[in-house]
Amino acid sequence: MMSAADKKNIQREFKEEMDYDELLNCMRCGFCLPSCPTYIETGHQEKHSPRGRIALMKGVADGLIEPDDDLAHSLDVCLGCRACEPVCPSGVQYGHLLEDARTILQRNKRQTVGVKMLRKGIFDELFPRQDRMEKVTGLIGFYQRSGLSKVARKVGFMNLFPESMATMEKVLPEVPKRSVMKQRPRFFEHEGEKKATVALFAGCLMDTMFFDTNNATIKLLRKAGCDVLIPENQLCCGALHGHNGELEKSKQLAKQNIEAFEAAEADYIITNAGGCSAFLIDYDHLLKDEPEWSERAKHFVGKLKDISRILVELDFQKTHRLQLPDQIITYQDSCHLRNVMKTFNEPRILLKAIEGVHFVELEGADTCCGSAGDYNIVQPEMAMQILDHKMEKVADTCAQIIVTANPGCLLEMKLGVERAHKSNEVRAMHIADVLVEALVNE
Amino acid sequence: MPLHSEKRLNKLKAQLIEIAGNENVDDTTSGRLVYSYDATPNFQALPEIVVAPRTAEEIAAVLKVCAETSTPVYTRGSGTNLCADTCPLKGGIVLLMKHLNKILELDKENLTITVQPGTITKEISDLVEKDNLFYPPDPSSMKISTIGGNLAENSGGLRGLKYGVTKDYVMALQVALPNGELIRTGGKLTKDVAGYDLTHLFVGSEGTLGVITEATLKLIPKPESQKTILALYQDIEAAGRSVSAIIAHKMIPVTLEFLDQDTIKAVEDFAHIGLPTNVKAILLIVQDGPQEIVDRDIHKIAEICRGEQAVDVRLASSAEEAEELATARRSALSALARLKPTTILEDATVPRSEIAAMVRAIAEVAQKYHVRISTFGHAGDGNLHPTCLTDARDEDEMSRVEEAFAEIFEKAIELGGTLTGEHGVGVTKAPYLEWKLGKAGMEVMRGIKQAIDPSGVMNPGKVFADKTKERTATIK
Repeated sequence: MMSAADKKNIQREFKEEMDYDELLNCMRCGFCLPSCPTYIETGHQEKHSPRGRIALMKGVADGLIEPDDDLAHSLDVCLGCRACEPVCPSGVQYGHLLEDARTILQRNKRQTVGVKMLRKGIFDELFPRQDRMEKVTGLIGFYQRSGLSKVARKVGFMNLFPESMATMEKVLPEVPKRSVMKQRPRFFEHEGEKKATVALFAGCLMDTMFFDTNNATIKLLRKAGCDVLIPENQLCCGALHGHNGELEKSKQLAKQNIEAFEAAEADYIITNAGGCSAFLIDYDHLLKDEPEWSERAKHFVGKLKDISRILVELDFQKTHRLQLPDQIITYQDSCHLRNVMKTFNEPRILLKAIEGVHFVELEGADTCCGSAGDYNIVQPEMAMQILDHKMEKVADTCAQIIVTANPGCLLEMKLGVERAHKSNEVRAMHIADVLVEALVNE
Repeated sequence: MPLHSEKRLNKLKAQLIEIAGNENVDDTTSGRLVYSYDATPNFQALPEIVVAPRTAEEIAAVLKVCAETSTPVYTRGSGTNLCADTCPLKGGIVLLMKHLNKILELDKENLTITVQPGTITKEISDLVEKDNLFYPPDPSSMKISTIGGNLAENSGGLRGLKYGVTKDYVMALQVALPNGELIRTGGKLTKDVAGYDLTHLFVGSEGTLGVITEATLKLIPKPESQKTILALYQDIEAAGRSVSAIIAHKMIPVTLEFLDQDTIKAVEDFAHIGLPTNVKAILLIVQDGPQEIVDRDIHKIAEICRGEQAVDVRLASSAEEAEELATARRSALSALARLKPTTILEDATVPRSEIAAMVRAIAEVAQKYHVRISTFGHAGDGNLHPTCLTDARDEDEMSRVEEAFAEIFEKAIELGGTLTGEHGVGVTKAPYLEWKLGKAGMEVMRGIKQAIDPSGVMNPGKVFADKTKERTATIK
């Protein structure tokens, strides 16, 4: 519960810190409403729509209403998928408003010591420290390899967790040994004609839990004619922090990443995680008030590309034969890759280029699957409702593979397959892994 | 200022809960704030309670309670209104239509569709087109707006020129009245002269008489084919003259839209579809019907445009490109909002022969009052949307904006036109309504209002102004 003093503080900070011009930029036409998954899923509740949330933020900034727990709840329920942005004719930067509002609310939250410690542990000590990410995911690997996971499942240990988390545990990919992760080189040479030098943004989760997908990404880049660097000292992109009201920590991470990639002097910075790339591409906005960083951030942002985009630009699908056994494939957009990076044609072009594959467009592929960063952990009910509706649409495609382009979406799709009891018939895969599997003569 | 004492408010809340159920009555701060506005700039007021009834009977029961307790009722669909009709200016309750969102019947023998008021307009349009039928009214907000809102406002759209507006497609209604009665008007009948035409009294009544709880709409066969052209101009009056010339040549296209340079630039900035931003005006012209006739008409229209100094006439190469152009045009108002903090839009309408004169008058008024006005709109049916780009925080400019619009209204009426073609009177045009209707006309309206809503609870503060705006001496 917010105390009177909390409310007063929050109100003052909304007045002082929220971008009022951006709040005014929303002219309340409602063009965003049909694009908002939570508005649709809640049966058209305006407080769960972008227009409603912006009105609530402005209401507090204007002093028309006091902030309260209902308002915080409305902001919490937002997936942050930003599907409202491309459809907004006025160009309202909803994602930025949401981040700013969440930062203010987070700062004023009264949390138990336990929650505070946990948040500090996750946001300060774990995600910004790649060595620790390796250790923690390494523990997951040990847990999987040792047979402990089987024991835990047998004795029902996972039943102590919310249903979604318990199912999630089953679908986690097999984490490689730390020693394997440690041994990977930092430079890979191009194959065939050289076309570009790229630096891979390896990502904290991608480079641990999805280590193999990163390896697949490197392989594709080399085959497309790229020298691939993996700059040292790169860290988590900071998205998780930004989306959870920890913007200051995001800024620190942004600066370290900018520095790490400046040293690489690559033509492009490549990501294979839509969620990370959408946060990376906002670094110039994140650091706009720091003159010594804003130019460097712009330079960084200018080099950013998703793996599927660079592959298409380098004609990878035309210069390499891709083939898979006859089957139906469908694609679920990563919201941030689509709505922020504006990359949505390229993955489809690549998948359609695979011989033997019948590509079926998923109805509503452009709407969120419910993963949304850590949303499925903090808002499990809404997340599962969205996911189950998504899986009904997936079933309509009769696809044997659901392809995604972001680790969160990938886990969510795996979770959806598991929940629908289809793990024997349907695979959820990252696009890089699909393409490597489809490479002929490998 | 609260309308009700806390005790009375609690009693009202209990009555509403008894009718609509606990989960459908909301008096939380957030719950009320998000229904305190619509798409009209500068209007906001919190209702005291938000209620979402599940049936027509529940709506009638709510209205009865409101009439008995003198509680204002503001009916709301998706809140895309442009004259503040959905804004609860005098508190009271906001009545949500979200539960009444079903399509009840598609009658392929009588070519009608019966729907509940909370149905999204585009859902109706999409559904009937699957059966090669056509529901022509297409307000720009059709992806978001509800049919109930379209009916209450008698909405127009891009296809008004050839096919008319919402009222031309309404055959029957069910309406809840403030006395708690539910009435049915009209029927699936082309001919029906039994009594006053109550159907068309409620269409366009802006929520000031009752609540439409069900509607039967007329459908027509879907046109076989369609073609779209863009005519580009370096002189906006030449574009205006083209519009009048097309009509004078007895050509009635489906759509004949005008966009000025500001609008073109803003729309292109949003949609990125390659609109030419270096021209002063565009006409977006669509014709539909049998292929040969469409080809012939489009050819002739292109010739007329060239004859009126169009610098270029382009044909959309595919159905997708045509759809992109129409979608881009629908975004015009909201796209203009990216240019300045506040966009104030009006829809003064003139006989189509006067379009060029109106375009010129708008430009003169903008210059006279030092305000920035961009114009787009349904030029073919004389319905322009002069949009003022301003900043609500600048009081001096806002008063000039008001004067500028007053003069535009004067000019429109002088040219034989009207204050509003499709957005409604609401709050924004209420002070000017008497200019159009005259004192005696207003008295007739008041008499009707008194007969149906004697306690004055239906959308109070709208259509009927406390005071009529004084006419300026500069014109007339």
